[in-house]
Amino acid sequence: MAKGDVKLLGTWASPFALRVKIALKLKSVDYEYLEENLRGGKSELLLKSNPVHKKIPVLLHGDRPVCESLVIVQYIDEVWTYGPSILPSDPYDRAIARFWAAYVEDKVWLSMRAFMTANDEDARVEAVAKFKEVSVLLEDAFVKSSKGKPFFGGDEIGYVDIAFGAFAGWFKVIEKALNVELFDEATTPNLLAWVVAFLAHPAIEDIIPSTDKLLEFATNVVLPSIKAVAPASQ
Amino acid sequence: MSILSFVVPTIFTQQNAQSVARSTCRSLVNLFVPPYKYSAVFSHQRAFHDQCKMGKGDVKLLGLWASPFALRVRFALELKCVDYENLEENFGAGKSELLLISNPVYKKVPVLLHGDKPISESLIIVQYIDEVWTDGPSILPLDPYDRAIARFWAAYVDDKAYPYMRAIITADGEEARAEAIAKLKECLMVLEDAFVKSSKGKPFFGGDEIGYVDIALGASMEWSKVIEKAFDVKLFDEETTPNLLAWIDVFLAHPAIKDVMPTTDKVFEYAMNFISPPSKKAAATAAN
Repeated sequence: MAKGDVKLLGTWASPFALRVKIALKLKSVDYEYLEENLRGGKSELLLKSNPVHKKIPVLLHGDRPVCESLVIVQYIDEVWTYGPSILPSDPYDRAIARFWAAYVEDKVWLSMRAFMTANDEDARVEAVAKFKEVSVLLEDAFVKSSKGKPFFGGDEIGYVDIAFGAFAGWFKVIEKALNVELFDEATTPNLLAWVVAFLAHPAIEDIIPSTDKLLEFATNVVLPSIKAVAPASQ
Repeated sequence: MSILSFVVPTIFTQQNAQSVARSTCRSLVNLFVPPYKYSAVFSHQRAFHDQCKMGKGDVKLLGLWASPFALRVRFALELKCVDYENLEENFGAGKSELLLISNPVYKKVPVLLHGDKPISESLIIVQYIDEVWTDGPSILPLDPYDRAIARFWAAYVDDKAYPYMRAIITADGEEARAEAIAKLKECLMVLEDAFVKSSKGKPFFGGDEIGYVDIALGASMEWSKVIEKAFDVKLFDEETTPNLLAWIDVFLAHPAIKDVMPTTDKVFEYAMNFISPPSKKAAATAAN
């Protein structure tokens, strides 16, 4: 697909935009990336393309906009049918993948925001506990979905890997900034390994923003209240 | 086009005689009956539905009669003529063992059990039904872009319309209720616009036939009527949502919907359990 036919409106730090970038990369789709300037106000193109939510990411295929990151990922999977399949081919496996992606959507973002708005140690401890509840369920889902392979999608990155893994950079930020462990050998050993495998995947490693850059962004732009806590050991 | 050109090829597939008859009749109707002559199409669909319920298969639905989420699944199953056993949860007695095993994450209805495989979350179940039972009308559009638009609007219904409906019913105080009503009406105006674009002059979001967004939104229509009745408010009107106003009637009259949708009165009585006391008085007055 020639460049110019496909555009992505996004912001570099957004995990939602990252989901779309990952899907496009997996399918080897050429596209033009348009960075929305958060400080400059929303662009005319964004407001025109997503008048309902006025949010990124928006995929423009030709002049047709597709909105909502997981809707876009499914669209990409259905249009570019060569290359690896993002959703499983079996309808039941697809339903399971959609279930867990929806679960990620409902729970993960909220629990991450709990970290970001935690003002004291008690709130942080509670945020960790809430995240653990979520991650333990996803650990179990991973074991069932992956069937011993490195990803939720099996041998290759799939829908849930993209939905959940797009937050991986932000997991690292939270761990570094708050000196906490979001995944551990005791409760989520498979997810611990999965994060490593995910971040090392060729479709991911080049496009995921660095932890330092994200941390700087979180510290200076998004959440002035996050304090970069000096870890016990570096 | 001869009837034989439809019937003969299908005889040599593995379809049974009933489904041959169904697809033949459907093809004939599509030839001779303009799709939007509702009464003719609906009577034909009723004939199909009478034929297709032949004993229970290995499909069960755990649901609640009043739940719009469970209704979505029932609509999809009815549209596809799937034999299923409808298992009514009795929340008064506590959640059943089967529900807790089948949906351990959320412990909520609806859950579809296909064989021993549980599928949860109403819109996920509807997509599953669409992908498994491929004879019969397509619930999601065939074109990927149209599918993306349908998914977008179904998500909008879930993220905006339903929460506002819930907020209206459970609002603590008239001010909170009025605010929720205003927000819902804004949503419905957005959906009116979506309907015009999606339907392209046809009766449903899905076009000639009920589709994904019809199911997503339509399942809440009795609750909308309850809201209108209980709080003496018009959610849909000729001025702001003329197309949706027409759509509601056509949707509720469709055979796949009509037999399954509970009556307004029944839902109204049930809704009284959730409406806070001062409004109950007003609601009771409105009902009389």
